[in-house]
Amino acid sequence: MKKVTYRDQVSKVLGISLIVFLLFSISVFAQADSAADTAGGDVKKGKALFNVNCAACHNLKRKSTGPNLYKVEERLAEDEGLDREWLYAWIKNSAGVIKTGDAYANKIYKEYNQTAMTAFPTLSNEDINNILAYTAAEPTTPPPPPGPEAEFNGTQQQGFSNELILGALALVFGILVFMLVSVNKSLKQVMKVNGVEVEDDGKKLPIWKAFAKNQFLVLISVIFLLLTSAYFAYGWMMQVDVNKGYAPIQPIHYSHKIHAGDNKIECKYCHSSARKSKHSGIPSLNVCMNCHKSIAEYSGTPGVAPLKEDLAKGYTNEFYSAQIDSLYSAVGWDKINQKYTGESRPVEWVRIHNLPDFVYFNHSQHVEVGGIECQTCHGPVEEMEIMEQFSPLTMGWCINCHRETNVQVKDNPYYEKIHAELSKKYGVENLTAAQMGGLECGKCHY
Amino acid sequence: MASNKKYWKNEAELNPNDSIVERLRQNEFVEQIPVDDFLGDKESLESSNTNRRDFLKYVGFSTAAASLAACEGPVVKSIPYVIAPENIVPGVASYYATTIANGFDFASILVKTREGRPIKIENNDRAKVGGASNARIQASVLSLYDSTRLQGPTSKGENVEWSDLDAAVKSKINALKGSGKQIALLTQTYASPSTSRLIAEFKAANENVNHVTYDAIAEDEALNAFEAKYGQRALADYDFEKADLIVSFGADFLSDWQGGGYSSGYSKGRVPKNGKMSRHVQFEANMSLTGANADKRVALTPSLQKIALGQLYSKLSGSAVKGELLGNMQTALDSVVAQIKRNPSKAVVVSGIDDANVQAIVLAINEMLGSQAFNPSQPRLVRQGNAKAVASLIGDMNAGKVGLLITDGVNPMFSLPNAAEFKSGLEKVDLSVAFSSNKNATTEATTFAAASNHYLESWGDVEIKKGHYSLIQPTISELFDTRQFQGALLNWMGSDKSYYDYITAIWSSSILGGSSWSQALQDGVFTAAASVADPVNVVSNADDKENEEAPVSTSIASAVSSLANSNADGMELVLYSKVGMGDGQQASNPWLQEFPDPITRVSWGNYVTVSKADAATLGLVNENVANGGLDGSYVKLTVNGVSLDNVPVIIQPGQAKGSVGLSLGYGKKVGMKAEMQTGVNAYALYQGMNNIQSVKIEKVAGMHEFACIQLHKTLMGRGDIIKETTLEIFNTKDHAEWNHVPVVSLDHQEVPATSVDLWDSFDRSIGHHFNMSIDLNACTGCGACVIACHAENNVPVVGKEEVRKSRDMHWLRIDRYYSSEESFADDNQKKNDFDGLTGEKGSLGGFGELEDPSANPQVAFQPVMCQHCNHAPCETVCPVAATSHGRQGQNQMAYNRCVGTRYCANNCPYKVRRFNWFLYNNNDEFDFHMNNDLGKMVVNPDVNVRSRGVIEKCSMCIQKTQKTILDAKRDGRLIKDGEFQTACSSACSNGAIVFGDINDKESTIAELKEDDRMYHLLEHVGTKPNVFYQVKVRNTNEA
Repeated sequence: MKKVTYRDQVSKVLGISLIVFLLFSISVFAQADSAADTAGGDVKKGKALFNVNCAACHNLKRKSTGPNLYKVEERLAEDEGLDREWLYAWIKNSAGVIKTGDAYANKIYKEYNQTAMTAFPTLSNEDINNILAYTAAEPTTPPPPPGPEAEFNGTQQQGFSNELILGALALVFGILVFMLVSVNKSLKQVMKVNGVEVEDDGKKLPIWKAFAKNQFLVLISVIFLLLTSAYFAYGWMMQVDVNKGYAPIQPIHYSHKIHAGDNKIECKYCHSSARKSKHSGIPSLNVCMNCHKSIAEYSGTPGVAPLKEDLAKGYTNEFYSAQIDSLYSAVGWDKINQKYTGESRPVEWVRIHNLPDFVYFNHSQHVEVGGIECQTCHGPVEEMEIMEQFSPLTMGWCINCHRETNVQVKDNPYYEKIHAELSKKYGVENLTAAQMGGLECGKCHY
Repeated sequence: MASNKKYWKNEAELNPNDSIVERLRQNEFVEQIPVDDFLGDKESLESSNTNRRDFLKYVGFSTAAASLAACEGPVVKSIPYVIAPENIVPGVASYYATTIANGFDFASILVKTREGRPIKIENNDRAKVGGASNARIQASVLSLYDSTRLQGPTSKGENVEWSDLDAAVKSKINALKGSGKQIALLTQTYASPSTSRLIAEFKAANENVNHVTYDAIAEDEALNAFEAKYGQRALADYDFEKADLIVSFGADFLSDWQGGGYSSGYSKGRVPKNGKMSRHVQFEANMSLTGANADKRVALTPSLQKIALGQLYSKLSGSAVKGELLGNMQTALDSVVAQIKRNPSKAVVVSGIDDANVQAIVLAINEMLGSQAFNPSQPRLVRQGNAKAVASLIGDMNAGKVGLLITDGVNPMFSLPNAAEFKSGLEKVDLSVAFSSNKNATTEATTFAAASNHYLESWGDVEIKKGHYSLIQPTISELFDTRQFQGALLNWMGSDKSYYDYITAIWSSSILGGSSWSQALQDGVFTAAASVADPVNVVSNADDKENEEAPVSTSIASAVSSLANSNADGMELVLYSKVGMGDGQQASNPWLQEFPDPITRVSWGNYVTVSKADAATLGLVNENVANGGLDGSYVKLTVNGVSLDNVPVIIQPGQAKGSVGLSLGYGKKVGMKAEMQTGVNAYALYQGMNNIQSVKIEKVAGMHEFACIQLHKTLMGRGDIIKETTLEIFNTKDHAEWNHVPVVSLDHQEVPATSVDLWDSFDRSIGHHFNMSIDLNACTGCGACVIACHAENNVPVVGKEEVRKSRDMHWLRIDRYYSSEESFADDNQKKNDFDGLTGEKGSLGGFGELEDPSANPQVAFQPVMCQHCNHAPCETVCPVAATSHGRQGQNQMAYNRCVGTRYCANNCPYKVRRFNWFLYNNNDEFDFHMNNDLGKMVVNPDVNVRSRGVIEKCSMCIQKTQKTILDAKRDGRLIKDGEFQTACSSACSNGAIVFGDINDKESTIAELKEDDRMYHLLEHVGTKPNVFYQVKVRNTNEA
């Protein structure tokens, strides 16, 4: 009955969050590569060091887990009268400085909830100089993405050429029709002029009447029609409640593309219970906060210009940042003061994959034991801006996979004996899930 | 060829001029159809402009709209935690060790929780004492989600705030200072070191505090006798496993005698090992669960039991024998005496008669024998009530000497025989507060009803047996605005400590002795390592003993002589508690109401049990009516001028002539849903808290409709259904003789039925193959498994009416059979001796006789669930293949595939398939737990809740076996023996149900399958079941 604090969670996933943060920070703190040396340090090296060591807790302009560091040296010198030597001492061993009773050290320690800054004894003075140079340099905004207009023109060009081809084709068809009509007309005129009598075929029954009189043909066609309609009706019935492609609008526009695609976050980092439970689990908001405590705004993927379709749909940086804000309001995070307000309201996600109650499905069986990629069933999630149901989730679909997929028996003592015996029985090298008993009703229905 | 035949319906038609015939021919309806009647006001109908066509249009349109709307799937919301608790993984169960101590049931248990909801109770096998749960404990998880619970403090029906209640109580406590009036605490037995300390502190802080412990079903005389002899208000502990001979005088120790929990030890001694098993002789009036399991049962009225016990003492101690018994009873007693004398220390004598002399003699006998099964030095503390103190408290209340009355865990207005006296006393008390989880008669009468926690929401500790401690920890936070009594008491004492802090302080200072609190909490139990008893007490006890040696023996002598003179005027009533209801505190639990009594198999209500002979003289009958239901006469019972009207009668084989039995705990009315108000309140007759009363019984008009699950009582000489033998034959003869495999004719040769097969067998040697063994020797029929199955598999409750129509849904039933002759062996003999149709040995009359149970029959229990036949008759007849066989041996049932033809149920030779005649959830017609959101929280999320129109049945807990397999796969390891469990096998603390994988050759189940006692039910049918039974062995050794 332990009380859980988010801080425990933070410490657990600090390593991962650091990496994730770095991926973001490259763009967030992108600076001109050609920045000049400032105050005896290499800005470029400093940036690299900053991103590796400091960025998890410090932002340049914004308060984060620790204070913002833009022109930190200058500010310290002016406000507190502290020199670079103090900074060396602090960075290398902040706890030591606090112990000495240093007034400012203790003040800042208390201000940030008595969270001690990690000691960096491995950083040399030169490294620190570089970092300080970086913090002192004027951050440059990343180059604006290529103008949407230019790109827009590009695609317009493409569209235009398509239309041109279509138009040309239509024109050709038009000319053909015109030619046929005029040939027919002139032939008739020729006949009239030549006085040729066209044979009167009035006695001949129209083809549909002849058809209607032939009972056998009618019977055959009725049967054919019934069978075809039954085929299509069956096909239509079978897709009732198959919600492939279901992509509802969610209360927070969460982009799997940005998280799993651009930033390559492992699926099971957020959906951790897929490893041990039947549910993959929608991550609780404290999992989001592991990273989003530091990532308060979205500034695009470094080096990749936003697609114009996305921009057209309104997926701008501001839009994404607003989504992060709605996460903050749901979890109750005050991003200015960097603390929880305690006022939270759970997010009501719209569930996309709905299995009926009479089906038992266990994620851990498939993901952990079977070693199946999430994408096998959920599709290219890392490319989905809006999450959608990729697979039909019908029984036929399940069964088919069970027939085709081999059981992952390697290095699993549980399977050793049963696999040896069964594969001998069936005379195969690798057993499928079906041969293992994966087609029995009671394995999924109880 | 045309015919001129004329057909006529009526003679009048032959007359061509009959006007009536003509009129009938013309008019379709003889009379004008009374359209005005059903169309109502003609004028308004005409003025309305909706004509028939419009109406049809509307109907058409709305039907189309409804079906179109149905095409759109519902939007399902999924709401994750904001901050997920560290220990909760959605979809994975966590288990917590806790203890139930509700004043009647005391046991260490494990609670399975899913997403923070307790959903199932399991036995705590780390507990050496009280680690076995019974049906009530298994069902107690549902009482947590009882929709009729008190959801906050109330006063006279109005909701109040806790602060108001606190203020009122605190000011009353202050006002009472110096007034000379009492502050009375009337509570259940806690057996809790911390609560005792707390109440002691409360006493120290306030003057005139009077703490009275009250057990609804008292063991007062046993407590008095023990206290007189050993100086502590407690009950001797018995270990029936160590006894070779168990002699019981009316002690139903397999259910609730002296707090219960003795059945697992008993069962261990009952399984023949190395040719030995215990012998059990029962002298009793009612047919109890214990009597049903006895090797020899002698039906004796309580007064005769007393004489017999007196004789037993005299004969053992060699003193003069007084009193007289009838011939065969005397021989039974004499043979018991002889057997005890042969090995005194291996015998034990117990009694459930509420009589000071009886209890004193029982203790004296066990002491005299030096019984190894008898342990007075580490007594049980689970009953501490004091009838005398309760009586004097009521006196004080009526005398206006009580200023403040606080009750907790008791319902005296319901369970006191003199409830009216209590009520008048209560009116003279200035302020009264009743702690209760449910609204009841007491909370109605007191000033305040303090809504208290369910035990699964509480903190606490229990000392079930001296030196054996258990902890109660909450498994869910309070569902409602409730408080536990101890927390409130701390608050009123002005302490800002929580009860949890209080317990940890007590434990670290005086119980743990340096051991880890966290470990104790995780285990749920803690056994004090070193010297257990309080050194001070031990010394004084020793002194007492020496001093009192002489007086005790003289008092025993007088006790024996007073027993010899016992006689009864008229009928003797023995009040008892049922394993399904206990003292009645869980009466609003639908699982328990629907739980059939193991002996009578009647659910939903209590009744008076009458012997066949007495029923005949009184003109009482039981009869099966046309719809298959059981009906019984009504009687009026009068004890000392208090009478109960309209008590239904069950004619009970084995009931001692001259005695009747009636169970306590039923008849609750206040705070109960109408469906749950079943039975009569027998507490009204529980005078002086004595379970034996002299009663006047009169027949009254009318017939009661019972909901009885099993109508056929005997085995009809079919010894192959429950195979049994005697210990002597078991030890001396080959198993082919006493465990005979039926033979069939193949090519005109007699061959064993097991060798003949209609079908080709599948290869089941690879992977797991589940089997279940049911040991008929270890099974006492207690029914814990039935409720465990209910909870695990979301089995619906169907209500009294449906049970009466034989539509009960229990996946697991425990059949009870009586012998028609003296014993089942005699039944078999009688059937074998049938010769011809009529005559003395004719089968026509003979089978009729075999339907009638004997006056004192042998009893046998047989749990029957789906037998998971390898060649299942149900599978071959299903037209939609909804039931099929798995390689692991389970007969699987795909509910979503079932169309409800019920062919399978018809073709099942074991009758274990159940049909959902109705939708039992979200249906107001079945207003039980599955009809409200609170009650549905107990539903197991891994098992489907079945809908109307499908067959369901035991799945051999496939959800549990699959989980075990998955866990092993995930961990990459083999499965150990004992890991596979079903709900029933894990609930069975008697070890009667064993489950496992027979392909694991080292496993217990594989060993049991090869046992000589193993047999399959209806072996000759050739179904090859995966459930097997172990032959019942009776120790009939009389010499």
